[in-house]
Amino acid sequence: MVIKTNRSVGIVETKYFTFNDLILENKHKLPNVTVAYETYGTLNEKKDNAILIAHAFTGDAHCAGYHEGDEKPGWWEGMVGHKKAFDTDKYFIICSNVLGGCQGTTGPSSINPETGKEYGTDFPVISMADIVKVQKKLIDYLGIEKLFCVAGGSMGGMQVLQWAMSYPEQIRSAIPIASTMRHTPQQIAFNEVGRQSVMADVTWKDGHYYQTGNPDRGLAVARMLGHITYMSDVSMQKKFPIKEKEKSVNFNFNADFEVEEYLRYRGSAFVKRFDANTYLYISKAMDHFDVQKEEFLPLGKNIKIKFLVISFKSDWLYPAYHSENIVKYLKMRRQSVTYCNIHSTYGHDAFLLEIKDETNLIKNFLGNLYNEVNGVK
Amino acid sequence: MSNKNILLSHLKIADIVDANSAVLDLGCGNGDLMEYLEKNKNVNSQGVEISEDAIYKCVEKGLCVLHSDIDGALEDYPSGSFDFVILSQSLQQVKRIDNVLEESLRIGKKVIIAFPNFAHISLRMMLFFQGMAPVAKALPDRWNDTPNIRFLSIKDFENFCAEKKYKITEKYFISNSRYTYILPNLLAQQAIFVITI
Repeated sequence: MVIKTNRSVGIVETKYFTFNDLILENKHKLPNVTVAYETYGTLNEKKDNAILIAHAFTGDAHCAGYHEGDEKPGWWEGMVGHKKAFDTDKYFIICSNVLGGCQGTTGPSSINPETGKEYGTDFPVISMADIVKVQKKLIDYLGIEKLFCVAGGSMGGMQVLQWAMSYPEQIRSAIPIASTMRHTPQQIAFNEVGRQSVMADVTWKDGHYYQTGNPDRGLAVARMLGHITYMSDVSMQKKFPIKEKEKSVNFNFNADFEVEEYLRYRGSAFVKRFDANTYLYISKAMDHFDVQKEEFLPLGKNIKIKFLVISFKSDWLYPAYHSENIVKYLKMRRQSVTYCNIHSTYGHDAFLLEIKDETNLIKNFLGNLYNEVNGVK
Repeated sequence: MSNKNILLSHLKIADIVDANSAVLDLGCGNGDLMEYLEKNKNVNSQGVEISEDAIYKCVEKGLCVLHSDIDGALEDYPSGSFDFVILSQSLQQVKRIDNVLEESLRIGKKVIIAFPNFAHISLRMMLFFQGMAPVAKALPDRWNDTPNIRFLSIKDFENFCAEKKYKITEKYFISNSRYTYILPNLLAQQAIFVITI
């Protein structure tokens, strides 16, 4: 049930946390790391009401509320706030920009302390485990021993699953949405075309473009391709119905169709906020992500995490069978799991748009667990 | 009448299920039976349900439920994962009966099956005298829009178990909100069986 009195968390600020010497999965060391993060709600005395929200590929730490002077709220505004799915009256919500990112957390566009210049492609290769390790450092810094929940869609869902594999004792529940245990060749192929588009732009210069100008054209085309995979045939037909005037025989190579205009607009808007090298590093981390392993919640360890797995019927980038595969592994590992394949025509984007159904599931799932933990019948 | 029969059948199932046991409810619907078992028998339950609306109702009740058809939901569980596997009013909608029962008996120590008896006298009369596919309170849907794809009687089920060498350890029959033991295949509207291998 969606209570109508929900409202925004209001004006929020991004905070920063810095630490030294991060050893990566591949044994490389980052001498210092800054993490951009936001929090909403209040951490209770027992520090057991914290929820980490993990963002998707091109997301950031700003998932709810408004930055001073901004008109646009955070990327999951519909889900995070007073009386919303992630109810800030009850829970302390944390969202941080991923390692390798370009929205405040250390990544390839950060200054390499050894050279005084941007890392570029000298930035070490990172993995989903590294991304989650940095989140764990932030959680430790905030004094939280065990998260009430980790939740996220798409690549956010991968981080959720990585948390379950890397730090199973530190999470009480987990909500992977429209996600997967590992990428298939089709998903890697789309990412590779995006990367090739960036690298084919002459201004990319092997990743050392920070003084000379960004590979905007290449990155914009990568984003255009991405957007196609986030929508569905039906959602595109609804959003961009072909108009009679668009079908003129006197065409040129301008954006004749609304869909072309939209993709061009999204491409050019994207390059203003996103770093091309981050695109390469993070998409590679996704392609190499794999928790379909023995070490994923092994039976002997008696780990109990409550899972809520969500997929969307029209999502063809992360189809429902990927989520069903997660469920399969959880069954084999005897974990408690709830799964729903939500009817939607939005495609992969549904995890950002199907607020009502997601709220229905997540709010009740968390609320019941909260009552259980706090002894409320 | 039929709702009362199903309520009584739920009470009987709750009676059969041991306290604190692990239960899998196949075709759990809105989760009423699971909720009852969780509250009264402190069981650890997992449901399987095909209807998306029903999933929301289960989650609202704090139940664990999987959005799946029954046929595809069983093979991933390790053997002996559950003390009880329950098919309450769902057997008649299962496609691969042989497989589902075999798998249920593999992953559950006991399987509880509750179903409407299609050989009940009122249904026989309707078919015989009116010459129409029977419609009753327990079977309210007409032939063209019923979710039921199996039309079995108590006798059919007992014969099936004998053929498969499944042991029937308990059986109960319900007629007009009461337990009955006289001519069940003719007079019982609901049957509850507990089977093992």
